[in-house]
Amino acid sequence: MARQPDLKIDLRGTPCPMNWVKTKLRLEDMDAGQCLEVLLDDGEPIRSVPRSVKAEGHKIVEVTPLDGGFRLLIEAVS
Amino acid sequence: MTSKKTNGDRKDAIEARAEELKAGGFIPQRQKGKITIRCKAPGGRLTSERLERVAAVARKYGRGLVHLSVRQSPEIPYVDLADLDAVVRELAEAGQEIASCGKRFRVATACGGCEYNPNAWTDTQRLALESTARFFGQDTPHKFKTCFAGCVRDCVKSRMTDLGFQGIVEPQLVPENCTQCTLCISVCEDDALRMGDDDLPARDLDRCISCGDCIKVCPFDAMVPKRTGHAVFVGGTHGKPPHAAYPIAEFVTDEQVSAVIETTIEWYRLHGTRGERLGNTLDRVGIDCYRRALHGIVGNDLLTAADLEKPKWRRILYRGLVDTFPAYGNLASGEQSDGTTA
Repeated sequence: MARQPDLKIDLRGTPCPMNWVKTKLRLEDMDAGQCLEVLLDDGEPIRSVPRSVKAEGHKIVEVTPLDGGFRLLIEAVS
Repeated sequence: MTSKKTNGDRKDAIEARAEELKAGGFIPQRQKGKITIRCKAPGGRLTSERLERVAAVARKYGRGLVHLSVRQSPEIPYVDLADLDAVVRELAEAGQEIASCGKRFRVATACGGCEYNPNAWTDTQRLALESTARFFGQDTPHKFKTCFAGCVRDCVKSRMTDLGFQGIVEPQLVPENCTQCTLCISVCEDDALRMGDDDLPARDLDRCISCGDCIKVCPFDAMVPKRTGHAVFVGGTHGKPPHAAYPIAEFVTDEQVSAVIETTIEWYRLHGTRGERLGNTLDRVGIDCYRRALHGIVGNDLLTAADLEKPKWRRILYRGLVDTFPAYGNLASGEQSDGTTA
């Protein structure tokens, strides 16, 4: 029962902290319960963005390893 | 009744007093008759009211300058010795106390700690406040500096302090929550997490430096803190000459911190000679003598020679440093570092 994202952003190649800024802005525009798919590079992006997502109170519902990165599926909170 | 003093007598008296004042947090300046007032701010924290009072006093009695000491104390330079009592009184009205210099337990420093710093695992601010309240000003053979770092990033330099505490965490896997996403393995910079045969992340205890990054990243509460505590470092100093601290224990609890400080001060007073920094006392008397003193408090959390062989301690300490330490003896059998028995 894989959830379908309502919106997708590919942030591979986008450095910190812009990757988090873009993620945060998208999540803020979404309705509670909607899902955002984010693609991130390994390394610093994956060290910081998931932590920030958690700290903001959004819910990471699915994580899939990619070649050289990760796909996060994030459920927005209001 | 008082006899008239000559200028020379008065000058001598002022200089003698200045020397005495240094013990109380008043630092004689190059400029004759001027002193710098060191204000007490454990952990570098003070209220806005105190900060405003420090600023007001600096304007009224100094030159409107405040210097933040390298150990987080706001200092007011260019105060006239004659104004000392008024300055102390006006600071005290706002609850601002004076720090200290010289051969004694100094105000503890700390990072922001787990109250609001996202990386920290320990309440460094509370511990800095409590330890300063309890031990501040106690005489020691030489200066005695204590600090609290909230995590292994060690911003306050516990590895270069007479007695340093570094916040650490032991992660624990909750298998039923794990989705095998491998995020934790990806963020571990110490190669301490690998996918096990059971398709669950397995921790290499010899490599894990207890930073807790795996816990912070896990979206599913599958990696959680089993326990937090402090790695303890002793005998460090920068200065002339510098001395890197000995790692002495790990997972010391908040409740044990006071006893560790008290025991260390007692040991230092017993074994240190006047003017000798703790690191040099440890070198001269032997690290095992101190380890023995601490064993009664921290027990099996005391680090052993075998611990220091692990990759994690080579990673936590400055590169190559472990090889310079004297061998830690086996306290249980009474064996000394030179192979003899106690």
